[in-house]
Amino acid sequence: MITACAVDDLPAGESVRVSGDVAIAVFNADGEFYAIDDTCSHQDASLSEGWLEGCFVECPLHAASFDLRTGVPTCLPAKKPVRTYPVVVQDGVIYVDTRSREAVA
Amino acid sequence: MRTVVVAGASLAGLRSVEELRKQGFDGRVVVIGEEVHAPYDRPPLSKAFLAGTLPAEELALAEQSDVDEWAAEWRLGVRAERVDPHAGEIHLSTGEIVRTDGLVIATGGRARTLPGTSALGGVHTLRTLDDAVALRADLRPGARVVVVGAGWIGAEVASTCRELGLDVTVAEAAPVPMERALGASLGRICADLHADHGVDLRLGVGVAGFTADGTRVNGVTLQDGSHLPADVVVAGVGMEPATGWLHGSGLPLDNGVLCDTGCVTPIPSVVAVGDVARYRTPEGRQVRHEHWTNASEQPVVAVRNLLAGTTLDTFRPSGYVWSDQYGVRLQLAGETSGADEIAMIDGSPDDRKFVAEFRRDGHAVGVLAMNNAKLFGRMRRRLSAAAGH
Repeated sequence: MITACAVDDLPAGESVRVSGDVAIAVFNADGEFYAIDDTCSHQDASLSEGWLEGCFVECPLHAASFDLRTGVPTCLPAKKPVRTYPVVVQDGVIYVDTRSREAVA
Repeated sequence: MRTVVVAGASLAGLRSVEELRKQGFDGRVVVIGEEVHAPYDRPPLSKAFLAGTLPAEELALAEQSDVDEWAAEWRLGVRAERVDPHAGEIHLSTGEIVRTDGLVIATGGRARTLPGTSALGGVHTLRTLDDAVALRADLRPGARVVVVGAGWIGAEVASTCRELGLDVTVAEAAPVPMERALGASLGRICADLHADHGVDLRLGVGVAGFTADGTRVNGVTLQDGSHLPADVVVAGVGMEPATGWLHGSGLPLDNGVLCDTGCVTPIPSVVAVGDVARYRTPEGRQVRHEHWTNASEQPVVAVRNLLAGTTLDTFRPSGYVWSDQYGVRLQLAGETSGADEIAMIDGSPDDRKFVAEFRRDGHAVGVLAMNNAKLFGRMRRRLSAAAGH
């Protein structure tokens, strides 16, 4: 379990990059928190810098769009999904569970 | 419409196949591709692929499952040599004739070469996978590299060669790199990037000729009389649209295939997309883009108009370009060449992190960002909204 940030520091529509062995991007999509691999599965770009629309994030480099719930890309140029992680909110802090890396579709 | 031929099997051709199926065309799709390779992504050829950090298998543009689903006939390693649009016949380099009802022209272009180098070993251009493989093989340890042209490709190749530890000189005929797209002040920042990374940048001086040891290049002579020793020369001097095969077809050709605001030629069953397409803007100018995003976006509109048999949709370019060089990411969008004012709105060039806005008559027309993808994304959206996308 890694600490992302305080809930208050991640208002709706915002994202944060959490560095670690593998960088993770955490999003607040209209009040729901999602965590995915920060690096786009297509080429080197940080998804936490992408454009958030509903529960989809668009890569800031080539506009590949990923579903935050599943990590699955919805259009080219990305072909492979990114990993998704469970998010836990406790005492006003957002945590990402990286131990149980969820299998992706 | 029962058969559509897509001439060209790179990004614009592949996206055309995808759009044909997405938009419900269930007839026969035949793709003619001059290269033997299945569609691959070109941008990494000057970067990760050239550096040896990205294998060729990872360049594939499409998943096999998608390719299977589209069920197109791929004729790779075959050239379209002539077309008779009225008879609906495409003549191939194999001697075959394919009969078709619709044609998507997506033949891209060829890299421009330096005069007097056709017989010289060690002189490269970079556009195809085979070009990149050949150049990479020449970038041996200790090789002295001269890059001619400080545009996007030249800068990326120079950057990758420095990453490989090679000596690099870049010769650019213009006084400032990228001046037309970025203006003089931002162009100078690109010049600084070269200098910061130990590249010998020669500005405002053209190439006079080449010296050789036997059949292999060993130097470049500049117009100021200086001589640059070189084991490898890379020409980054632009491209020419591949329209030679269309001569005699009756299609209007002038620095590309001339088409209307929806990428449709005067023959409604023929459309053009990607680097080869010179379409009309709503303001009446004929423009041609040589960018990845354009090749990816145009097929959406072109295919819709092709299937409709008339120009229903107008193409609106996003004008988005990116470049990774010397560890920085540059992102550019909009119509920057006509700007009368450039405002630094965030960060500073000295920090190698900034966003600059291009304005004309006080209105934002373009944006350039260095290492600031987040703000760039927001501004790019604002730009397209203002342009009525």
